Amino acid sequence: MKLTLKIWRQSGANDKGALVDYQLDGVSPDMSFLEMMDMLNEQIINEGGEPVAFDHDCREGICGMCSMYINGEAHGPDRGVTTCQLHMRMFKDGETIYIEPFRAASFPVIKDLVVDRSAFDRIQHAGGYISVNTSGNTQDANATPISKIDADKAMDAATCIGCGACVATCKNSSAMLFVGAKVSQYALLPQGQVEAADRVLNMVKQMDEEGFGNCTNTGACEVECPKGISLENIARMNREFLKASI
Amino acid sequence: MSGFISSSIARKVAMALSALFLIFFLIIHLSVNLTSVFSESLFNELSHFMGTNPLVQFALQPVLIFGVVFHFVMGFVLELKNKKASTVKYAKNNGAANSSWSSRNMIYSGLVILAFIVLHFIDFWFPELNVKYIQGDMSGLLEGTQDFRYFEELQHKFVPVWRVIAYVVAFALLGVHLAHGFQSAFQSMGFNNKYTKTVKSLGNIYSIVIPLGFIIVAVFHHLNH
Amino acid sequence: MTTLNSKIPKGPIKDKWTTYKDKIDLVNPANKRNIDVIVVGTGLAGGSASATLAELGYNVKAFAYQDSPRRAHSIAAQGGINAAKNYQGDGDSTYRLFYDTVKGGDYRSREANVHRLAEVSANIIDQCVAQGVPFARDYGGLLDNRSFGGVLVSRTFYAKGQTGQQLLLGAYSAMNRQIGRGKIQMYNRHEMMDVVIVDGKARGIIARNLVTGEIERHSAHAVVIASGGYGNVFFLSTNAMGSNVSAGWKIHKKGAFFANPCYTQIHPTCVPVHGENQSKLTLMSESLRNDGRIWVPAIKEDAEAIRAGKKKANDIAEEDRDYYLERRYPAFGNLVPRDVASRAAKERADAGYGVGHNETGEAVFLDFAAAIQRYGKEQAKIKNLDEKDAVLVTRLGKDVVEAKYGNLFQMYEKIVDENPYETPMMIYPAVHYTMGGVWVDYNLMTTIPGCYCIGEANFSEHGANRLGASALMQGLADGYFVLPYTIGDYLSDDIRTGKIPTDTPEFEQAEKEVKEKIDFFINNNGSKSVDHFHKRLGKIMWNKVGMSRNEKGLKEAIAEIKALREEFWKEVTVPGAADTYNEQLAKAGRVADFLELGELFAKDALERNESCGGHFREESVEEDGPQKGEAKRDDENFAFVSAWEYKGEPSDAVLHKEELEFNDIELKQRSYK
Repeated sequence: MKLTLKIWRQSGANDKGALVDYQLDGVSPDMSFLEMMDMLNEQIINEGGEPVAFDHDCREGICGMCSMYINGEAHGPDRGVTTCQLHMRMFKDGETIYIEPFRAASFPVIKDLVVDRSAFDRIQHAGGYISVNTSGNTQDANATPISKIDADKAMDAATCIGCGACVATCKNSSAMLFVGAKVSQYALLPQGQVEAADRVLNMVKQMDEEGFGNCTNTGACEVECPKGISLENIARMNREFLKASI
Repeated sequence: MSGFISSSIARKVAMALSALFLIFFLIIHLSVNLTSVFSESLFNELSHFMGTNPLVQFALQPVLIFGVVFHFVMGFVLELKNKKASTVKYAKNNGAANSSWSSRNMIYSGLVILAFIVLHFIDFWFPELNVKYIQGDMSGLLEGTQDFRYFEELQHKFVPVWRVIAYVVAFALLGVHLAHGFQSAFQSMGFNNKYTKTVKSLGNIYSIVIPLGFIIVAVFHHLNH
Repeated sequence: MTTLNSKIPKGPIKDKWTTYKDKIDLVNPANKRNIDVIVVGTGLAGGSASATLAELGYNVKAFAYQDSPRRAHSIAAQGGINAAKNYQGDGDSTYRLFYDTVKGGDYRSREANVHRLAEVSANIIDQCVAQGVPFARDYGGLLDNRSFGGVLVSRTFYAKGQTGQQLLLGAYSAMNRQIGRGKIQMYNRHEMMDVVIVDGKARGIIARNLVTGEIERHSAHAVVIASGGYGNVFFLSTNAMGSNVSAGWKIHKKGAFFANPCYTQIHPTCVPVHGENQSKLTLMSESLRNDGRIWVPAIKEDAEAIRAGKKKANDIAEEDRDYYLERRYPAFGNLVPRDVASRAAKERADAGYGVGHNETGEAVFLDFAAAIQRYGKEQAKIKNLDEKDAVLVTRLGKDVVEAKYGNLFQMYEKIVDENPYETPMMIYPAVHYTMGGVWVDYNLMTTIPGCYCIGEANFSEHGANRLGASALMQGLADGYFVLPYTIGDYLSDDIRTGKIPTDTPEFEQAEKEVKEKIDFFINNNGSKSVDHFHKRLGKIMWNKVGMSRNEKGLKEAIAEIKALREEFWKEVTVPGAADTYNEQLAKAGRVADFLELGELFAKDALERNESCGGHFREESVEEDGPQKGEAKRDDENFAFVSAWEYKGEPSDAVLHKEELEFNDIELKQRSYK
């Protein structure tokens, strides 16, 4: 396959940045998108240039490190996958591919396609936990049965990998799918009940302070989420928030 | 509490509550309007009641006005805040891949509706205020007759084609606005469960039936004048 | 020559840990506030250790090269975590977990450590559930289990195919609580460049901010290395792209012994290599072997036809299939330990029965058709439907398989573009985990006082082979329940030390060396990329120090790696600047360390002239009897831990032996027949 790549290059947070064109030949349809990027970088290095910086780590769709807005969609055109699991067979020979960083005022660009998603961490610091010390004598794991339905729903919410595709794809740069998933995981489990009210209030407050936009329920996040996190989680967060506030 | 009011979720909920109120109001408004298609006298009676009953005029009407203004102002505030949250735009963005046009363009359909409301007020509400509270004529009668003026005025308004077209376009956009807004209001209020499918279908029906009803009334009076 | 003191407490094995904990020195809560601990790495071991140390009151500084602690590679563990809870009532016990782990490790691990691990395993599950980790449950609301390779009980707890992720998020949430309280200072996108030794004790690190390129000095009263394994020395592995040995290697160069580097786990069920541009390998969880049956064609011509694309798996008749694991190991069948399953796959592929589409034919089938039918019939019975309706049974069966392994099947389909519900998966062994690592004593302290090493980065519990679902157990055991106690014993001497200054000559010297190396990379006029060398190193390792090893190959590997290392220092090119985000620069440092480790790895493999666990020497095979062809362990000459002391070049490394004593478990031939 032969491709034309239009890639966002930006040397640092204060640089203006621009799209730069690259030609890449010999791409195999079995390659993953990031392997294609490796190939491009090898070509750039051999030509004496500076390779394109992009975040990536586990390359099996679970660490949430890889990002990239590919042809107008977070993690590219395939569904239920991260960029590292996107394969080149999704593209046509001769195609032009736009590759941009995840965009949001709360996700400033560090370099090229690398963005700073630490806002997500700070939201979690505000309440993304259950206050339990490590003692070795917490109650037995089976002491409190949890209905399979709730446990499964909590698990579905907990599958969020914190990649930020929801924010990147949202026209409002809203982080509510991410925060909703985290709030939901704990709200659905008995262990999470004690701190439920404080948790949702504090996490929403931090989310607002980080400058994320407001959810207008377009549902784009749910479609682009590589882990299929449901909008139900946003509704649950809204409920929890109202319950805690009123 | 101040934290609550300024929080993103409270704003969403406020937006949703005002929307549900307006959704309810549209049903009442359309019901009254539709009577004009079937019965001139019933329409006149209802109009006179709505226009002169103190409870409607001085209690419900201000609430309605507040609801409308609030919904618009909050809509703009949220839009501006959201713009601030996403400062740099993508060179290529494929919004159609993951969301509906109506959901992404609520501000534009909303602006068209706002323009329509201005026109609508100029057409009906301001003349009403003028007749009733400036000239002080609370009788609701056509000058020099014993007949109510409401039906007559309504038919008269829909004589010009441009107004009918303007109304039809506005109602179409109202339909688009409602297509997303109806179910979105429920989601914002935290309602998402096994009934969500039903809510969505109801929303689809509502967003077609209500605007269509208004369009029928406008076109009917244009044709039957 | 230093003699290794493993500091194993006296007494019967069942009481060692309890008695030891009772007598250990503690630091009082008021004094903990004055003590700083650095933790490098935030996976299961580092994350849980950071959180627990902070809960206890120490000031923790945690470092991760990723942009968030939640992204450490523990997150990729799929299958589950073992614990001797005996919730299934199938005869499990602490002793049985202890026994299975020692046997699974082919009798090359330290008994006392393994027993302690088995003891705390149940606490881990309690702790994680209390944190809100959503383990799978049955319809009664109680925790569900599944079984893993090499054992005869169901003791593995799981959260879909994402157990590692959920456990890491649990540890991360515990960290978040402490970060919110200010007890953990988190340094994301930071890489440890060196350890700083003051008066013979580890007192800090030099770190590089990966965003700004700034070199920073951080001091502490103790340094904990929890940086994971070194499987990436093979270039292609199931490790994350950033996984590296550097933190472990830096402390090795400053005095920490490196133990058993040659013990590498080659995981049997990975997606086969597709081509030259492949950057990493993807694991398909071992849990798949609960239900999948592994086979290759019994007729060579069929295998050739499949390789050529002329035949499909489903064209091979049942009687022409060779379920070789079931044939060779009737007792354990498809659930033999990983090392055994991997070697068996290689044996078939080498004999010409492989089914891979690549030129080497390196792949075997993992088939779910039988499981789909079995589950479908069971569901039909439960739901009172027609068992003879083949379409219905298949559909019901697929639903069950999807519920159990859906995300793995989806992942497979995305990578390979074949539907595993319809056609068998193709799998092949790949480098997955390294049992070897930094040598530690019972306290998890390295041979540098004050420098600890936990999780995959150390060598301890898994011997020569790790059983499935034991890595998560060990990481969390070290971080939650072992290190936080044992470190107190050391730190109790430090209550009056006060803050460690960073403006001392030791820090200055360490920083200078780090900067010099960075300057070298940036200014070197080479012509070959870092990856170029990494790939070549990986090829040498895989071909000569891979699944099966012999003296000739190992000697060649040692020479080739040495030559490659010399070429690397001459020819490597690193574009960009030192004071910006520069991934190539970070990689260059890591590959430089891999090039040294690789040689020691091969040297260790050469030294250990026996086959044990993941280390298979072609010279050491059972010649006859029922075990003919199986690996042959040599307890008389090799029942020891090889701990290597750094002396400059890897070839100069000095071997220290820690003899392994087995008082509670009889040394036996490991048979899974």
